[in-house]
Amino acid sequence: MNVIDMQLIKLTQNGIKLVPEPFKKIALELDISEEDAVRRIGSMIDRGILRRFGASIGHRALGIVANAMCVWNVPDERIEGAGAIMAGFDEVSHCYERARCPDWDYNLYTMVHARTKEECEHIAQEISRATGISDYIILFSEKEFKKTGVRI
Amino acid sequence: MIDQKELDDIDRQLINMVQLDFPLDSRPFRTLGEQIGVSEEAVISHLKKLTELGAIRRIGPIIDTRKIGGFSTLIAMRVPEHEIGKVAMQINGFDEVSHNYLRPGTYNLWFTVSARSKSRLLEILSEIKKTGYPFLDLPVERMFKIGVRFRV
Repeated sequence: MNVIDMQLIKLTQNGIKLVPEPFKKIALELDISEEDAVRRIGSMIDRGILRRFGASIGHRALGIVANAMCVWNVPDERIEGAGAIMAGFDEVSHCYERARCPDWDYNLYTMVHARTKEECEHIAQEISRATGISDYIILFSEKEFKKTGVRI
Repeated sequence: MIDQKELDDIDRQLINMVQLDFPLDSRPFRTLGEQIGVSEEAVISHLKKLTELGAIRRIGPIIDTRKIGGFSTLIAMRVPEHEIGKVAMQINGFDEVSHNYLRPGTYNLWFTVSARSKSRLLEILSEIKKTGYPFLDLPVERMFKIGVRFRV
């Protein structure tokens, strides 16, 4: 990844301006053309450096106020199948396998988003039924102290 | 929370589109307008409204930490209730902390750290250790799903 690409991320990571030509000033600052700026962003997506370029939404503002992290204790040999099933749920935005810890058996993590806590609980039950994993806990976010997205 | 009646069809279409299919060209808002049959000015004014309402946080790059050579982890920390606000602010003080939530249970402060290098991540973890509260270090082993679009 070169210096210009890195600068391009830095200049856009707080959000581009909502103006007709949002990349104009940025390109000028980097001494490249606007076309080059957007081409570089596209290329960073193609190379996987960026997962995407677009809007991050405010779940809470949109009424998706119940945001739960569900943690699942899945036998190692079943993790592949369970992960795939969980990822298939629309209400699941993220699904990761994470390392277990000595006093923490949970190894599969899903973020579940819904309009109510009851709905989240219901989705977790559905996931449990679909995967056959019954050892899980639902950890609702009670307070958001920070959410900035990954920055460089 | 936004009263759902405040959102019109254009708002909804835009929210759904700009998460994944943000046009990468020099006039992205004109392109979006062409796709849904409204003017560039209308797209910009709707997006401004959605940003003010908190429905859209920002339009920018979503970075894959690992692809830029970075290292990240999830930390679950056990903090006494009366200290939580203070400790959360201390944690937020690290630019590398991208998300930080209060959750119920033994481990109640959950935050993600994305650092530019392994050594920087270790440095942050050692700083965190100085707070004296026990924590779990839960790095990702495998990804099954990463933040996709929310339909509104």
